[in-house]
Parts: sequence; structure tokens; C-alpha cells
Amino acid sequence: MQSERGPSGRLVKAPESFIDAAGVRQVFAEAKQGRRDFLRQAFAAAGTAAAVPAALAQANPAPADAGDPNILNLPEHSRGLGQAVATDGYGRPSKHESNVQRRQSPGLTQTAQSSVSFAPLQSLFGIVTPSGLHFERHHQGWWDIDPTKHRLMVNGSDSTLVKTPRVFTVDEIMRLPSVSRFHFIECGANTGMEWGNTAVPTCQYTHGMLSCSEFTGVPLRTLFEMCGVDYKRGRYVLAEGADGSSMTRTVPMELVESGEVFVAYGQNGEMLRPENGYPLRLVVPGVQGVSWVKYLRRLEVGDKPYGTKDETLHYIDLMPDGLHRQYSSTQECKSVVTTPSGGQVLLDKGYYNISGLAWSGRGRVTRVDVSVDGGRNWRRARLETPVLSKCLTRFNLDWVWDGKPALVQSRATDETGYVQPTTRQLRAVRGTRSIYHNNSVQTWWVQESGEVRNVQLA
Amino acid sequence: MSSSRRLLIAALSLAAAGAHAQGAYPGIGRAATEAEVAAWDIDVRPDFKGLPAGAGSVAKGMDVWEAKCASCHGVFGESNEVFSPLVGGTTAADIASGRVARLTDPAFPGRTTFMKLSSVSTLWDYIRRAMPWNAPKSLTVDETYAVTAYLLNLGGVVPEAFTLTDRNIADVQARLPNRNGMTTAHGLWPGAGLGRGGADVNATACMKDCAPEPRVASMLPEHARNAHGNLAQQNRLVGAQRGADTSRPAGAAAAVAAAVPAAPPASPAVALTQRLGCAVCHGADRKIVGPGFTEVARRHAGRADAVDYLAAKITAGGSGVWGTIPMPAQPITSDDAKLIAQWIANGAAR
Repeated sequence: MQSERGPSGRLVKAPESFIDAAGVRQVFAEAKQGRRDFLRQAFAAAGTAAAVPAALAQANPAPADAGDPNILNLPEHSRGLGQAVATDGYGRPSKHESNVQRRQSPGLTQTAQSSVSFAPLQSLFGIVTPSGLHFERHHQGWWDIDPTKHRLMVNGSDSTLVKTPRVFTVDEIMRLPSVSRFHFIECGANTGMEWGNTAVPTCQYTHGMLSCSEFTGVPLRTLFEMCGVDYKRGRYVLAEGADGSSMTRTVPMELVESGEVFVAYGQNGEMLRPENGYPLRLVVPGVQGVSWVKYLRRLEVGDKPYGTKDETLHYIDLMPDGLHRQYSSTQECKSVVTTPSGGQVLLDKGYYNISGLAWSGRGRVTRVDVSVDGGRNWRRARLETPVLSKCLTRFNLDWVWDGKPALVQSRATDETGYVQPTTRQLRAVRGTRSIYHNNSVQTWWVQESGEVRNVQLA
Repeated sequence: MSSSRRLLIAALSLAAAGAHAQGAYPGIGRAATEAEVAAWDIDVRPDFKGLPAGAGSVAKGMDVWEAKCASCHGVFGESNEVFSPLVGGTTAADIASGRVARLTDPAFPGRTTFMKLSSVSTLWDYIRRAMPWNAPKSLTVDETYAVTAYLLNLGGVVPEAFTLTDRNIADVQARLPNRNGMTTAHGLWPGAGLGRGGADVNATACMKDCAPEPRVASMLPEHARNAHGNLAQQNRLVGAQRGADTSRPAGAAAAVAAAVPAAPPASPAVALTQRLGCAVCHGADRKIVGPGFTEVARRHAGRADAVDYLAAKITAGGSGVWGTIPMPAQPITSDDAKLIAQWIANGAAR
């Protein structure tokens, strides 16, 4: 029994639906003292309640006499016959996981087609985002395109930049030698709502325009070599989508020459999801998501940048002097603690694993430091393997919560030596109206009640 | 090697140019035809490379605008209902300087498209490729010139009697209010052609006695506690933490493990209105740009031919019934239109 082991990070569900507000306060108070007796009383009271919601009657009561009925009374699944193979030809998460969803932030956009859904980072493990939970950003709605009719064209801004403009089918792209690489993708506007002040409650909304997958595809360099690209004059590449918005962004040729940019069709072992660009999308490691053009239909080699809407009119950073930074692309080093994080509740004192994600658009994360006192003192977190370039890295740190208020932060450093700035340091240079590229240190306030809130420090 | 042999090899490789370019991957891809490239290569650069010849007047642009654009952007491009305003916030002095003065004013609330626009090509290119929102690429080249001209007129850049053409567009560029309001001098371009390498924010990894005593400067107010829905239902039911029950005041909120009741699947008609983007302009119960669905249902409640009437309105568009802003004709099948019309006629229940 837990109370006999002393303080523990394992939570006992509060049977709050069975008890009144005073009882809830008692639950809190006593839970923090490590006592469990109240639970028996609470359940005794619950027995008299008329309508007990079955879904909530699943708390872990202290054994009354012989032990936990969940142990003593063998459950149905131990005594019966389970379901057949291939009951579901493409398996789904447990029905008990239905709270884990990507979600829109209410009021952020007026339309659901030009909008964003945020990945539930607070519920994810490791570094890979399940494809069905990958964040979405569509400019004009998503499509499920017939891959047998999809084409990819490579041409030049003028006739000398590409010797032979070419057309590829998806079949042909998939015949070529492929690479499979893990990379993060982050929207340039991730954490954008928080530039001025605290605006949203959980890390799903503060940092959830972030995902990480193993992508499979063909290096763009391979396709360019087949077309005869003039690398001397052609220093820019325009990527264009096949959807209604036909998204365009300029990509620097350096990232193509280095072999990093590739045309992907695979994601986490399956094809790309339609919401993520099925059947083809560009992967531009380290660069913000808007450049990873979905439904990729065309690549144009040019001698000048293209001045597209999403690099000169949107996805631009307003600086304090009133100038807009255009063509900003690189996602600088950043991290966030995902548990414990805003909107969560710790019911008990004792051990917790502070866990989070760190990443850099300039290469590998080399270290992550964690503070529980609002940035006065820091401890170095463990980086879990793999630690890959331009990829999410999972970090963990042991923490014993003493029940007092704590301000939890993380701070990442990348292989260039760049250190993730505090909000104050970032604002000192960029002001508060930039919208894009907020990579500052996130603070979570663990209150005495155990409830965690999103805060910004002075 | 003799010079004649060299010539021969050169001739052979010339003849096989198409195949030769494939290098190590014969049989993959083929040369694009001119018509194929022309069909897709519609981008226009700031130096106007790619801009097709054509012309469009402000007056013609106003006609196109009112039929196809005003429903989302407002008659004067000022609407904030669906998208951010396009026009406003710029002055004649800005046109002279090429810098929008209000961008330096932290108190100025928003940024319109014309406050940000540095290249008129960007506007032209985007209208051509992506507008109108629900029927992208349906404007002709001349209509694109006309709509661009209309917007430039609203922005005070060109007079009412103006006709925008490929020949005078560079003159217009020289009058854009924020044509000088941008920079690429930053470290966020991972190439040599733009930018000025390196990071602009420099922090250090101090480990002990670093920051002053922390003070919370900003957090969500109590009344916004449940603004993102009940967070108890946005966290897993098992694990180290639970979600806070934000449907209750702070303090009363024990950790809960509330399963979200599975949302009933939307009816086919509702799903269709979501897919087609109807809800952009029509709220469930309230007016956004057009009337709410239940408002329409109530108005036509007693009408015997309500389904046919509404289906015709959806397909053909119209104006005057609910206000002056027209609803554009919707390019959907008559079956889909009837499905939605039937749903509205039945009360537009969610």
C-alpha cells in the first residue's frame, strides 16, 4: 500500500464526483500529508449517492480488509475470451486514451480551414509524435490526394537554370534511393501567442505546433542532378504545393546541396497522413514548418528569392524599430518541460520525473538545464538517446516535490553554443510584437495545491 | 582523342540529352512539356519575373471584389470578421517615405496587409494562386490585375481612374507604403544569399544564484480558467499527473480523471457544411458575415418549398435577403446543396 512506502509520485484519483467542495479540500489537505484513510470515508459516502457515473468509479481505494478488489476479484479480461486478430485492420489507440487529442485553440482563428491544431505534448513520450497527433496547419483546408494522379515538376526561373525541366510520378519518386531521418517540425508561430504575456493554459497550446517524425524520401539533390541544375546561378529554390493555397516558400540552395532537404512520402513507417501532405511533402530540417510544403507539386530553381506571401507578408518578425524581418527560417534552440506542465495537477508530494523536449534548428542539443526555483539555480538534466541533429531530444530530471510552490523551467544549449534565452532576454532584442520565433524559456508554476499554471516572470 | 571523335561524342551526347541528364537513374522521370510548365509555373517574383501581360481597372476590380471577395474581406477590405483586415493604417506620408510609421507605435493594435506589404508582386501572386478562398485559381489574369488595382486604390496607392498593367506595375511598386519597411539582416536564413549569420540574442548558461528573486508578472486571469475547455479532459487518465478540473474554481479543483464523453458524430449535412467552409460566414445560431443557420431555418420555417428554395440559394448565391454583402454561388453538387437545404429546413440542429 502506497502510504506505507512513504511519499510517492503515484497519484490516487480523487473521487471528487462523490464528495462536496469541503470534501475536496480535505482530499487535498490529507493527500498531501500522505494519509489515505479519508478515501474509505469518501467511498462510504459515495455508496449512498444515487447516480454514480460508472466512468469515475475507478479510483484506487485503500484495501479495506483482505486487499484491493481489483486484485482479489479477477476481472472479465482474465476470465473470458478476448477479441480476434485483425478486428481492426488499422489499429487505434485504447478507448481509454480518448483525452489525448490534437485541439484548436479557441478564438485563435475564424475559420477551421485556415487554422491550426496543436499536438498534445503533455501526453507524449520519447521523441516521436504519433502521426495521428501531429500538429496541423492548413492555409486553405486539407485534401486526400490520389497518389496515382499526383505529379512533381522541377523547372527553372529561366531556361538556363535547369537544363531539362522534368516531371516525376509518385511511383518514380518511390523507386529512387531513399533516406529515413528523424527531424522535428515546428511552426514559426509556435509559442507566438505568448510574446506579450501569458495567453493559454497548457503546453499543448503554448508549444504544440511542434512534432517529430521519422520521414522517408528522396534527397532533393538527387532529383536536381537528374534535371541538370545550375548550382552557380541557382541559389534559391521555390517549393509549391498542389492544394488550393498552392503554398510557396523560398528555400536556400545550401540546404539542398548539403543533402539535408528531401522530398518525403513516408512518415513513421507509413505514408504521410493527408493532413501532413500526402502523398509528397518537402522536409527542410531545422527550418520552420511553413517551408515544409505539403502536397508538393513543383520545385523551381531561381537566381533570386521569390518574395512569397508566407515569407514577406506573413511569417515575418516585427522588430521594435518597425522593420519586418523577412525570410526568417531557422528555428533556434528551444525546450519545454512537458510534465509537469500547465493545467496538470500533482496530488501528492514526493518523487516526480521532470520530463521535456529540447530541439535546435542549427544542429544537436548538447545540454538541457532545469530549474525549479524560477531560474535562480539550475541542474543538468539527462538527455535520453537518441540525440540527433535538428530533431527533438527527450530530457529527464529527478525531482522530489516538497509540496511548496515551485517555478519549473528548462533551458537548452545546442552544438553551436547558443543558449536558449529567457523571455526577458528575448524581448530586450526583439520586443513583444514579433509573433514568430518565440524560443524563450517557459515557466510552469507548481502551486501548493498541486495545480500547475502557465506563468511569465518579470 | 582526335578532334573528329570528340565532335562525334559531343553530337551523341547532345542527341541523348534527355536521357543523359538522368545520370545514374535511367527510366525515372521525363522531360516536362512546355504546356505543362506553363500550366503550373504561375509564380511572380518581386522583380516581376513570371508576371503575365494583362490589365485591369479599379472599376472592374470593384465588380469582381463585390461578387467574390467582399463576403470575407468586407466591401472596403476592412473586415476583421473572417480574415485580418487588408487595408488601413497607412498614410500619404508613408507612401512618400516607403515606411509605415504606425509600425513603430506599440500602441497601434493590428497590422493590415498594406501596412506590411513590401512587394506588389506578392499581392498579385497570392490573389492569382489562392483567391477567392473557396475557388482558388478561378480568376483570369485580367481579373487579378483588376482586383489588385482595386485594393491598391483602397490603400490610397493609385487613383480611382487607374488601370494596372504589366507595364506600369513597377511604378506602383515605387509607391507602396511599406516598400522600405523590411530587412533580411538577421541570422535566421540558413544560406549565404540573405541575412547576416549568427544569433541576435545571446544568453549564458549560468547555473547558480543566477536570476533575481523570481516574480510572476503574467498569468491567465481566473475568468479565463475554463476558456480552453475543461483541462481534466485534455490529459490522460493514467500517469504521473492529471488534468485540472477547470470547470470548477481554482482551489475546489481536485485532480480528476474525467473521460470525455465521445462526441456524437456530426450529421452528414453538418459535416458537409464544415468541409465546405460554410461556417466561415454562417454561425450555428448567429450572424458572422451571413445569417446563422438556425436564423435561416426560422425565417423559412413555414415555407412549403423551403428545401428547393434554399438549395437554389446555395447553388446560385444571392444578396438582399439578409443584407447587402452577397453570398457567392457555391460550386457544389445539387445533391449536396439539397442535403444542406433539407438540414436547414428541418431546423439546422447540431
